[in-house]
Amino acid sequence: MLLLSKKQDWLGNIRGDVLAGTVVALALIPEAIAFSIIAGVDPKVGLYASFCIAFITAIVGGRPGMISAATGAMALLMVTLVKDHGLQYLLAATLLTGLLQIISGYLKLGSLMSFVSRSVVTGFVNALAILIFMAQLPELTDVTWHVYAMTAAGLGFIYLFPYVPFIGKVLPSPLVCIVVLTGACMYLQLDIRTVGDMGDLPDTLPIFLWPEVPLTWETLQIILPYSVPLAVVGLLESLMTATIVDDLTDTTSDKNRECKGQGLANIGAGLLGGMAGCAMIGQSIINVKSGGRGRLSTMVAGVFLLIMVVFLDQWIKQIPMAALVAVMIMVSIGTFSWESVIHLKQHPLSANIIMLATVITVVWTHNLALGVFVGVLLAALFFANKISHFMYVGSVLDDITDTRIYHVHGQVFFNSSDRFVSNFDFKEAVSKVTIDLTHAHFWDISAVSALDKVVIKFRREGAEVELIGQNEASSTIIDRFGIHDNPEEIEKVMGGH
Amino acid sequence: MTTQQAQVLACIDGSALTESVCDYASWISKKVDAPLKLLHTINHHHETSVTSDFSGNIGLGTQEHLLEEITNLEQQQNKLKMQQGKLILQAATEHIEKNDLFPTSTQRHGDLIEAVIDLEDSVRVLVLGLRGQVHDNQENKIGAKLEAVIRSVHRPILIVNDNFTQPERIMIAYDGSVAADKAVDMVASSPLYKGLSCHLVCVNNNESTADKLLNQATKKLQSAENIEVIPAKLRGKADQELCAYQEKNNIDLTVMGAFSHTRLHDMLLGSFTHKMLVNTKKPLLLLR
Repeated sequence: MLLLSKKQDWLGNIRGDVLAGTVVALALIPEAIAFSIIAGVDPKVGLYASFCIAFITAIVGGRPGMISAATGAMALLMVTLVKDHGLQYLLAATLLTGLLQIISGYLKLGSLMSFVSRSVVTGFVNALAILIFMAQLPELTDVTWHVYAMTAAGLGFIYLFPYVPFIGKVLPSPLVCIVVLTGACMYLQLDIRTVGDMGDLPDTLPIFLWPEVPLTWETLQIILPYSVPLAVVGLLESLMTATIVDDLTDTTSDKNRECKGQGLANIGAGLLGGMAGCAMIGQSIINVKSGGRGRLSTMVAGVFLLIMVVFLDQWIKQIPMAALVAVMIMVSIGTFSWESVIHLKQHPLSANIIMLATVITVVWTHNLALGVFVGVLLAALFFANKISHFMYVGSVLDDITDTRIYHVHGQVFFNSSDRFVSNFDFKEAVSKVTIDLTHAHFWDISAVSALDKVVIKFRREGAEVELIGQNEASSTIIDRFGIHDNPEEIEKVMGGH
Repeated sequence: MTTQQAQVLACIDGSALTESVCDYASWISKKVDAPLKLLHTINHHHETSVTSDFSGNIGLGTQEHLLEEITNLEQQQNKLKMQQGKLILQAATEHIEKNDLFPTSTQRHGDLIEAVIDLEDSVRVLVLGLRGQVHDNQENKIGAKLEAVIRSVHRPILIVNDNFTQPERIMIAYDGSVAADKAVDMVASSPLYKGLSCHLVCVNNNESTADKLLNQATKKLQSAENIEVIPAKLRGKADQELCAYQEKNNIDLTVMGAFSHTRLHDMLLGSFTHKMLVNTKKPLLLLR
């Protein structure tokens, strides 16, 4: 049941949730505005989306206390769609993204996250941080020194203000940064870019809109190639963020419900004129840090954001982009996994290669889904390679009967099958060859055909071939699922036969 | 666990009722000759936050620091809670040892419902107080998790709501339902009720039905040794009449089936068990 939630998920932490939600809303606005601009739409598209997604995921999401809204990761995937086809197709693609996410929730694809290894997650997080940072660069190129000064001052406020006694811990430093820089900009009448220069801000509460696109095959062909990566990236970032929040709060979340919740939220966003979004790592960390734990925190963040941008729009227009850039640089730094750099030396080389390959692919393509794909693929290959080392073939010669007895131990599969074959001495002239397979595991048909090859080769050399324990060895070849919780079955397949 | 003898499990939290929970548990433990175990749970309240830092910024390593900070705080808090729980268990153990019983005790993390479900297999009878610490000494309140615990466990549960008095007269609320029949069977077969006088009370506005029901049940009870059966018919609202009867006849303990309907049914029509829990002045033994 998507609407079912425990009372304490909503009301267990009212004070903490309301205050944290308010703090988080301040970090949502810059991301929504900044990435609307990057996606090529008016800031109101991102702001409406942020409200809508936060509001809906608060109710139907699977991870209380996680913050979802319009995100950079998603915005970067829609740039060409908006450029080539316009806003209406973006809204249609958003609806389709939501639909795909709901389907994957019902297909329980959330459990596929177990294939995404720790290194890939770290790579994803770091790549995301780099993307968020790079997205700020256009605001910092070809500008006067005022912008640099403002940005530096903003970062100074953000990181130094908390050290001010008493009020430092009570007033959110991003708010101080935005307020002070806006004030300075208005007072000094600096001619630098402000939010008002970037496009329309919301002036009304969101209204229901059906995207004005023809319901045709062509439309689907246009939006599907965008919706699929949007759905994948949205789910990946959401599920990773959910894991981070799980760890921080020592609680569990319902990953498949989160998939459906993200889907519903995106459909809601699409119908209210917003772009697709997902969970946000940086803002979710801010939420937990500020004491947010329950569903209320996410809802407050969304509602407070909407109230601010609708009723304070005249003020929001005056905010210099430099202030938002400073906040986004903070989000980028906070998203980056500092631990992964510190532990680079201690981690095995394969883990580092997976992490870096993920990062490089993402930064190259601006597509987090591709990065994860590369990372997961590399991780699988490294794993197969590691396992293939757990195989050896020993042998003894029985002089009396002129028989060579081979004992095969370990894992034989596609990756180790060539090495398996090369372990046999076909040049040795013996009248009989016995291959003892009782301590081997044959995982796939590559292994079986390798064995066939060995048998045939020996026969061609004129030897008799006898196989021992063939049945036990190949019992692992069958695609048997669901035996992992049955000790007897596992013993039968893996154990001492 | 299967070879172990089923235990009397007394759930205590240091509230006002803790001592009488121990007393009733000792009484059952002696009577049915089952070992007594004390349970204290440490509730973690994950839904509330331990930190509140509204500086709203994140920097390098914030996530790692935050995890470290929250872990440290929770570790301190829970260490303290564990110590408090140990003291409660120790006090209860000393109290029970006066009766020449030697209880074992255990502490579990999480809420009472989880703990009781985890331990259910080794439990024969569950004893708990009507009110926990949260509603301590609030006469008209019942424990927040009581109903959930009763619903999730399939063992007899004694709900203690008063100081201990040695039970001599018990009352079985009988309405002919499957749960009530089971209750009668259990009373007839258990050593707990030997030597007690048992009032078999049926509230039914139709007299002939009441007679028929009482006859069946009386026979069943009389087949058991050493139980004095006193049948009684009442008319009116079951919960009010039962409570009135209880007071008039000095009943020490009421035995009844519990929550035989679904939650939805009870939400719409009100649960009889719930009414009894609120109104009764004497302990209730609920059989599921």
